[in-house]
Amino acid sequence: MTLAPLPYRVVDRRDETHDTVTLSLEPAGEALGPFAPGQFAMMYAFGVGEVPVSVSRIPDGQRLTHTVRAVGAVTRALWTLRTGAWVGMRGPFGTCWDLAAARGNDLLVIAGGIGIAPLRPAIDAVLAEPHGYGRLNVLAGARSPADLLYRNEFPTWERPFSTVTVDRPDDDWTGRVGVVTTLLGEAHFTPADTTALVCGPEVMMRATARDLIHRGVRPDRVQVSLERNMRCATGHCGHCQLGPLLLCRDGPVVGYDRAEPLLSVREL
Amino acid sequence: MTPQTGEPAGGGALDTLPAEHRGRLMALAHEAAFPSTTRIFEEGDEADRFWIIRSGTVALDVHVPGRGRTVVETIGRGALLGWSWLCPPRHWHLGAESRGPVLAWEFDAAAVRSLCAERPDLGLALVTVVAETIGDRLRATRTRLLDLYGPPGSPEGGAGP
Repeated sequence: MTLAPLPYRVVDRRDETHDTVTLSLEPAGEALGPFAPGQFAMMYAFGVGEVPVSVSRIPDGQRLTHTVRAVGAVTRALWTLRTGAWVGMRGPFGTCWDLAAARGNDLLVIAGGIGIAPLRPAIDAVLAEPHGYGRLNVLAGARSPADLLYRNEFPTWERPFSTVTVDRPDDDWTGRVGVVTTLLGEAHFTPADTTALVCGPEVMMRATARDLIHRGVRPDRVQVSLERNMRCATGHCGHCQLGPLLLCRDGPVVGYDRAEPLLSVREL
Repeated sequence: MTPQTGEPAGGGALDTLPAEHRGRLMALAHEAAFPSTTRIFEEGDEADRFWIIRSGTVALDVHVPGRGRTVVETIGRGALLGWSWLCPPRHWHLGAESRGPVLAWEFDAAAVRSLCAERPDLGLALVTVVAETIGDRLRATRTRLLDLYGPPGSPEGGAGP
């Protein structure tokens, strides 16, 4: 892990939605160490600033793949990068989805909005080892059909259940409408032997975790990816503190048994 | 086919009822099959039945002048379809249409209300199930009102993605 950003070049750019892009990056020289699903890099838009962005795919070799939504000055600068542009990269940082603990279990991968991006490498890892896990369910919620990420990949994730629901359908939408938790009743899993990976807005993750626990999933087997203000990414500056946790170091992926009491404290 | 007494409702909303209550209710049910795009009920019509979905998806919609039917929610396997039959004026608040083939247990609302009047303990248990369903949908609706996936107003610096 390096503390100084390493130069990476944009070698591919894929527009996912009107405000979200997936960038493929290759190092100019020295490369960052290997990433695990759920970990993040600090992406530096030169002259603008640095933001944490999870890996959204882990290809072979030294290439990195990140999906960025333009929500502020830095991410907007990253979103505008074209093939051949340069970006500074630090990482890998943080905890990963604990797939080792999930081995043999049914898996629920539950995403809200752009939360599907940090989960995609976990889905890839599970699909690459089909006999290592139980039944895989991928459930995703989005604001509208136009906001859906990786739309073409959902059919390849159907083992045995993968579906998307939107809050605001357009007239052409023939899929599900409603919050993502409404899909749980149709997923294929045995609660006592299930691991859930959840990423999305915090309210959505709390509601999902409550529902899962009510159905009998163990709280420590509900893994959530938490979002706080990350700056140094090395556990020194304290910006990402959540109670006893520094989320750049102790997160972003945390078991709900640890996260629940912290998320129930206002303004912590 | 009328299900046997005590037969589970197919992973459905009634499964949380005591077996004896569930059995009495299921004795009033019969199988219903709706081909794709069947209008199951219309907004404003008399709510004289309800269903437990066994398979498939049903879209709930509202007629919006100038826009036509607008889907506000979809429900699937195990869900209770319809609760307007429980309280006056017993007219559907929404329309419902099958999205693809749907199998369901269909219940005659008047018969169920009579059973509830005859067996207040069963009635209380059933009303509790319906209230849980209404509560779940109210919470889901309120969550959607938050527009969690909408244009973010928070500053950058979060944990990604």
